[in-house]
Amino acid sequence: MAIWLTESSRVIVQGMTGAEGTKHTRRMLAAGTQIVGGTNPRRAGQYLDHGDTRIPVFATVEEAMAETGAEVSVLFVPAAHAKAAVIEAIDAKIGLAIVITEGLPVHDAAAFWAHATRAGNHTRIIGPNCPGIVSPGRSNAGIIPEGITGPGRVGLVSKSGTLTYQLMYELHDLGFSTCIGIGGDPVIGTTHIDALAAFEDDEETAAIVLIGEIGGEAEEQAATFIRDHVTKPVIGYVAGFTAPPGRTMGHAGAIVSGSSGTAESKRRALEAAGVRMGRTPGETARLTRGVMSAG
Amino acid sequence: MDLFEYQGRALLARHGLPVLDGDVATTPEGAREIATRLGAGVVVKAQVKTGGRGKAGGVRLAENPDAAASTAADILGMDINGHTVRTVMVAAAADVVEEYYLSYLLDRTSRAFVCVASATGGVDIEQVARETPSRVVSVPLSADRGMDVESARDMVAAAGFPNHVADQIVDIAIGLWRAFVAEDATLIEVNPLALATDGMVRCLDAKVTIDDNASFRHPEHAGLIDRTVVDPLERLARERGLPYVRLDGQVGVIGNGAGLVMSTLDVVAQAGETLGVGPANFLDIGGGASAAVMADALETVLADPAVRSVLVNVFGGITACDAVAEGILRALDLIAERGQPLGRTLVVRLDGNGAEEARRILLAAAHPCIERVSTMERAARRAAEIASTAGV
Repeated sequence: MAIWLTESSRVIVQGMTGAEGTKHTRRMLAAGTQIVGGTNPRRAGQYLDHGDTRIPVFATVEEAMAETGAEVSVLFVPAAHAKAAVIEAIDAKIGLAIVITEGLPVHDAAAFWAHATRAGNHTRIIGPNCPGIVSPGRSNAGIIPEGITGPGRVGLVSKSGTLTYQLMYELHDLGFSTCIGIGGDPVIGTTHIDALAAFEDDEETAAIVLIGEIGGEAEEQAATFIRDHVTKPVIGYVAGFTAPPGRTMGHAGAIVSGSSGTAESKRRALEAAGVRMGRTPGETARLTRGVMSAG
Repeated sequence: MDLFEYQGRALLARHGLPVLDGDVATTPEGAREIATRLGAGVVVKAQVKTGGRGKAGGVRLAENPDAAASTAADILGMDINGHTVRTVMVAAAADVVEEYYLSYLLDRTSRAFVCVASATGGVDIEQVARETPSRVVSVPLSADRGMDVESARDMVAAAGFPNHVADQIVDIAIGLWRAFVAEDATLIEVNPLALATDGMVRCLDAKVTIDDNASFRHPEHAGLIDRTVVDPLERLARERGLPYVRLDGQVGVIGNGAGLVMSTLDVVAQAGETLGVGPANFLDIGGGASAAVMADALETVLADPAVRSVLVNVFGGITACDAVAEGILRALDLIAERGQPLGRTLVVRLDGNGAEEARRILLAAAHPCIERVSTMERAARRAAEIASTAGV
């Protein structure tokens, strides 16, 4: 198995007809993802042609789900309209909504989270400002480049897109069950803990790589969860030791506030929970390799 | 973006919240004029985006306009925690009877907001929370419900606000929440919230942070950007739309993706530790970097006179490395066309999609300023070595 996304996942794209949406829909199709439709209320009834495949455009998520049986949506909707689009997906009761959109106001992310909670939390949200999720060789939902690696037994969860690609590349010969970029914004849906729990339950996953960065307390909370609930080996890496306090380092959530959110605090917490910590991405890959060859 | 107190105060006033009358001045004469207009005693407050103003002598009372001018002369130009005071706020002094605390902030863990309140204000709230935790209440607020009358009344009771101010605190709490949402703030802290002898509760200070991601629906927030103290290189980068943070090292860093660039800074710092050099900046060129973006990035990094070598660390994903390699070469040409001498070595590490093709392109170009290195660790070490030996 992989987690959350498999070869049988039926995927729609919200914002499929925009420039980014079109580009990445084609990429996902080329990767073998079962894209069954897209939405754009103004272009309903049209099609996106890709080779021999015609992808229908629907007016709403509800209609797309009813027509295609989709259970996953990938969102490329611009920041100004992303809140409404996520809420539409939640109201349509889709199982998984992957919000690629970056630059989303934090009040909007908090608003769709509150809406999801009130609706009973049957929609898993990944992102916003994330690269998405890939189960190599099975399905790719988002913007993670295809072909870096194949299927295997390492699971990966990361706040950072490019560090995800870097680790996938360094361990491309081992392969991965599923790689998830959860995004570096202050308010995100799926957390490190959600992914850890799913990887722990996934028979195919033998070891878990966790990548964090400065800001917030997600890594410290993940450390507590690992100590109490995770039996599989976890290899960790945290970026941002050199970040000056009070400065946002690219990702809106990557900021050391006073004495909280530092890389050192996260490293210590994870190490204390038994996580094998790499000092560089390369060392993290070597540690993972060691775990897998011992395992 | 953090606001100055006077900007925060104006923001609260615009939302109908009670603040003291006052204005800002950049000269002692300006402070005198405001004090004259206000009459009676005033308080002169240094406008800096850092805490500890009071302790540093940056907040003082002045009994008359002459005293306001001389106090402003003392405070203007003062250095508070590395921040130079360029502006003072002159406000009517309040006859304070009691001081309270009220704030709204983002709570990342609950993916919602929290209201923190205390009937003990005017002091460091974290200290109050440590020493007498029962005096500080935290009220979780979901984005959809927020602070309504009922939750405000509960908060006032839980925090132990005295009965004679309860109604005013409820009104202020609701007003502050509305301002917090309307302005896309991630923090509004009022400390102190004060009861004066006239029976009125007012916001005597305002610490406000607004969400830069919401700027598309707040064109008016552009006017709040502080253009005086921004580092000239950071200003240049901002104009070019590049996320750039200046640090104090000698190795310029350019990479793609916030996480990878942060990681690169760490690896450079590790490699440079024994050599006495470190990273000079954070610069993320993002996903689909064109040659023009690469040229802008290189030019920005090279404009820092402390930079003695540059590390370009790119993982080719959707943008293949061969395109990035072409981009670097075209960037060097562009910089040459713009008439700027390069004068420093670029250590280039390109990995991932198209790395092999990129290697061939750079090999064929044989540019004298480019060194190719195959891994991130080795590239960081090489860039640090060059920086530690290069003459300035």
